[in-house]
Amino acid sequence: MTDLMTVSPSPHIRSGRRTTHIMLDVCIALLPSLAVACFMFGMRALLVTAVCVVACIVSELVFELVTKRPVTIGDLSAVVTGLLIGFNLPVDIPLWQAVVGCIVAIVIVKQLFGGIGCNFANPAITARIVMTIAFSDTMTAFTHNVDAVSGATPLASGTADYVDLFLGRCGGVLGETCKAALILGGLYLIFRRVITWHIPVAYIGTVFVFSWLVGEDPVYQILSGGLMLGAVFMATDYSTSPNNPWGKIIFGIGCGLITAVIRLFGSYHEGVSFAILLMNILCPYIDGWTAKRPLGGVKEK
Amino acid sequence: MSPPVSVTIPMSMHIGAPCSALVRVGDTVSVGDVIAQPGGYVSAPIHASISGKIKAIGDFLLSNGNTVPAVTIESDGEMRLSEKILPPDVNDYESFIEAVKQSGAVGLGGAGFPTFVKLSVKDLDSIKTVVINGAECEPYITSDTRTMLDRSDDIRFGIELLEKYLGVKRIIIGIENNKRECVDEMKRINSDDPTVSVVALPASYPQGGEKVLIHNTVGVIVPEGKLPIDVGVIVLNCTTLAFIAAYIRTGIPLVEKCVTVDGSAVKEPKNVIVPIGTSIGDVFDFAGGFIEEPNKILYGGPMMGISVPSLSDPVLKNTNALIAFNKKDSVLQKTTPCIRCGSCVSHCPLHLDPRAISKAVEAESTEKLEKLKVNICMECGCCSYACPAVQPLVQRNRLAKAMLRAKQAKQAEIKKKIQDESDSTGKESESDD
Repeated sequence: MTDLMTVSPSPHIRSGRRTTHIMLDVCIALLPSLAVACFMFGMRALLVTAVCVVACIVSELVFELVTKRPVTIGDLSAVVTGLLIGFNLPVDIPLWQAVVGCIVAIVIVKQLFGGIGCNFANPAITARIVMTIAFSDTMTAFTHNVDAVSGATPLASGTADYVDLFLGRCGGVLGETCKAALILGGLYLIFRRVITWHIPVAYIGTVFVFSWLVGEDPVYQILSGGLMLGAVFMATDYSTSPNNPWGKIIFGIGCGLITAVIRLFGSYHEGVSFAILLMNILCPYIDGWTAKRPLGGVKEK
Repeated sequence: MSPPVSVTIPMSMHIGAPCSALVRVGDTVSVGDVIAQPGGYVSAPIHASISGKIKAIGDFLLSNGNTVPAVTIESDGEMRLSEKILPPDVNDYESFIEAVKQSGAVGLGGAGFPTFVKLSVKDLDSIKTVVINGAECEPYITSDTRTMLDRSDDIRFGIELLEKYLGVKRIIIGIENNKRECVDEMKRINSDDPTVSVVALPASYPQGGEKVLIHNTVGVIVPEGKLPIDVGVIVLNCTTLAFIAAYIRTGIPLVEKCVTVDGSAVKEPKNVIVPIGTSIGDVFDFAGGFIEEPNKILYGGPMMGISVPSLSDPVLKNTNALIAFNKKDSVLQKTTPCIRCGSCVSHCPLHLDPRAISKAVEAESTEKLEKLKVNICMECGCCSYACPAVQPLVQRNRLAKAMLRAKQAKQAEIKKKIQDESDSTGKESESDD
């Protein structure tokens, strides 16, 4: 018998989508926000983001070479992490601090737990929290758009109108200010079926309803701070969010409640970061509670 | 197509016991002569598909790894019909089942389960509904579509037989809604029959999967470990039904098969009626040969089909398609780490969690696999298709099922051992992991 054919188990066709394509879509979705950041904060925004991206790629590469594991920088997940860390930094952050944050995210949060898909906490969120605690001075020195006035974010100061908040004419970290660009990116991801609507809608909706119930201004709450960035790009991270629709909704509501409680009653203005990190930890349990019942599966006695 | 120079007919083209050959080298056979008898209850006789001389009886390696004898017939070029062919005498349920058995019918949609076994029930009243499967089982394949369009009279006659001998009160024909003309044709031929309803189903794989089809037509779920008949349903492929009807009309047993020939390496994709046992190389030649060097050839569709090592392998009873892919379409891709995107979970038509099953397979935890209900997996391959990390998900599900079978066999063995020596020793049996 001549063995001229390739023999392999079925299925013999695959959808064209690969991990790299998904990560590329996320990068594309982040581009509008990057453009706005450059416009609002000047070209240093681009420099900070670029440094973060390069630092993430290099840390991943070095770690994988040193530990003799397969090199995975081609899947672009390190690029996404780098972009998100950059978006979570104020424009005047010293570059060496940004690099430290990236190393924390890639080496400690992601690679030490087994690399892509195995980390239980979102690398970018954890890096932001670590940096906020370690470099609290520079991490909270927000430059107010092109006028270059340093000041608090509108969430801390409590002054700004809706249109300014929506378009990003306010202080904050690089990627969180312009809600229009973030929503655009989110719609692109939903359209490309990279994410579903469940987590962002449940998250933002919960913050809206909760703020309204306790007598705060709900529109102001959802348009300020890092909520939009977190809800669209960070809470929807595959590794650290549940897989089933109901799980995602529970996850989103949980994030929303913790965010609102921290914002309204806590002393930190890090509601979004802490909320997502805490819900990341609950994710395996949520997955377990909301597992679908197999069709026709007979219950164990 | 013109009769092939020779055919090779393996003694196992169905689920169940292999047949034993009745012929010897040198014998002369005509089309329709019985050349092998069933090797057990779940089995089906095999008939000569061309007329000529028995050239050899050799070994044949099946795709499941077993080797069975195969009869090679050299054609005399005449395709002479056997004189023994007579329409069977059918007048009640028993004789109908006997006729189906003698016809050599197996599930022609691809499963190859002997049809008479499926139709044999203890109590005829237990059959509430018969579902006729006109939902093409996989992408690429259109042989059932051709049956519904070209042989609708046979299907109608088959339906009448089911009503008469099985006393079926409700028949549903399920067809995917992208085959409008089939739906119209089936509605036309059954317009006077209130028993029959035609349902247009969404054209989405795996619509033709037995349990999926039952859920989408009758609306019931077949529980784990049960058969459709346990919920009062029998599913018949439309081509199987058309064949049975034709057999009862003419007495010509299962000797030819309508096969879809397609794929990126094929010059003229088409449906071809070929004698069973024809080498797939001959069938591809009839379809104009190859435009490109084929790199992978499949029995059946791209989602569940079996890849064939060589062009000399024959068309079997349950072959419904031959697909040849060029190099570009059959590159084996590299697996990358799971990113927990959940695609496999959201694509599983049976709501299984392929990722969790994979983890349990790696941990060799049979308890976990039982809890995850891997045994209801129909191996449709949607999880592997959708996975952006090219993980071998459905492949691990198969491994999981094999692990559970092995565990069951081991348990049965231990149980027997304990029974054999229980009284004398009184030893505590160790747990069996």
